[in-house]
Amino acid sequence: MSMDRRKFLKAAGLTTLVGLGGKGVFELLRPGAVEAEMAHESHGHDKHHEQEAGPKVRWAMLIDVMALNKEKIEKIVHTCHYLHNVPNWGDPKNEIKWIWEDEYEHVFPDSYNEYNHILEGLPFLLLCNHCDNPPCVRVCPVQATFKRPDGLVAQDYHRCIGCRFCMAACPYGSRSFNWLDPRVQLKKEMAHGRKLNKQFPTRMRGVVEKCNFCVERLAEGKQPGCVEAVPDVMFFGNLADPNSNVRKILKERISLRRKLELGTKPSVFYLI
Amino acid sequence: MYDSGKVIIGLAVFACIFLFPFLYNRGTAAPQPKPSLDTPAIKALSEKKCVENTRFMITTHMQFLNDWRDQALREGNRWYVNSEGKKVWISLQNTCIKCHSNKKEFCDKCHNYAGVEPYCWDCHYDPNGSKL
Repeated sequence: MSMDRRKFLKAAGLTTLVGLGGKGVFELLRPGAVEAEMAHESHGHDKHHEQEAGPKVRWAMLIDVMALNKEKIEKIVHTCHYLHNVPNWGDPKNEIKWIWEDEYEHVFPDSYNEYNHILEGLPFLLLCNHCDNPPCVRVCPVQATFKRPDGLVAQDYHRCIGCRFCMAACPYGSRSFNWLDPRVQLKKEMAHGRKLNKQFPTRMRGVVEKCNFCVERLAEGKQPGCVEAVPDVMFFGNLADPNSNVRKILKERISLRRKLELGTKPSVFYLI
Repeated sequence: MYDSGKVIIGLAVFACIFLFPFLYNRGTAAPQPKPSLDTPAIKALSEKKCVENTRFMITTHMQFLNDWRDQALREGNRWYVNSEGKKVWISLQNTCIKCHSNKKEFCDKCHNYAGVEPYCWDCHYDPNGSKL
């Protein structure tokens, strides 16, 4: 096919026009079609958001800081670590943290008040906050950590590649990496009388782990182990249900959540 | 051909090394493993049946276990309804191994024969309890 210069310029000009005023050309040919398509798209999105805005279940945990003491903390930590076979390396470098204790000024560094010492010295129990907007989930390159519809931030050890992005992303330090084979330490502890929970697996070297809100117990209709150990101190329930136990308590008591300004929306509340 | 002596000797050495495993193992094909299914829990069953039929379990257990894993862990669905409509609790640790408690016989015999090393037992407990 031969084309002289004049014809080529005409075709090029026309194409440019279509390119610049694409919507206008469509409007000429099929009026209203583009708007209808766009409206359909955004409507679809709205529907999706509605679903996200109103989950039926969102698990939350309440910890009564005023009712905690050394003895109870020990019981809670022991129960959790027994149930999930968490090794106690006794060395902060290899430490595996599911639930642990820290001081007020470390737990709430943003709201520390040098003129008010009411909260100082109180024991705060820390665990994974199971955020509504979890940064760890966003950074995981293999979706090993993910948010379940009921709000739990779960960790799939089968899929974890040990990149530790989630540990960098978590603002609460709730995640620990298995630098060494946890079974080595568990074996050592067993020699000193530690018992294993054979209902729950261990982890292997090279994966990240954290509190799982006792997802294996929730599946059986039980409460998390820590809550069962001290039912007068810790409360667990559905935050999405306005009549649930946790919502009732939250209505009456003053509660704190960690680092709210980050927008992660934690599901762990500290009652004071 | 240059250096034909060296080349031919080299080729001969290569052929010997390459063929050695084939010649060495000639006629000693490992017999197909026949794993024993007997465990106290299985012996006590009135009807010896796994969650699905035996043929299916033999050929598809790898995929099946992966599906179970994803259902329990990722979808939070702990009940499996089998082809007969019977409900089964999804758990390697607390369902499969309750019956198949003889890992050496039941798992290892075929896996060793096929040369596969599944990583189940890095985290889940070996029911024989030898490794922890």
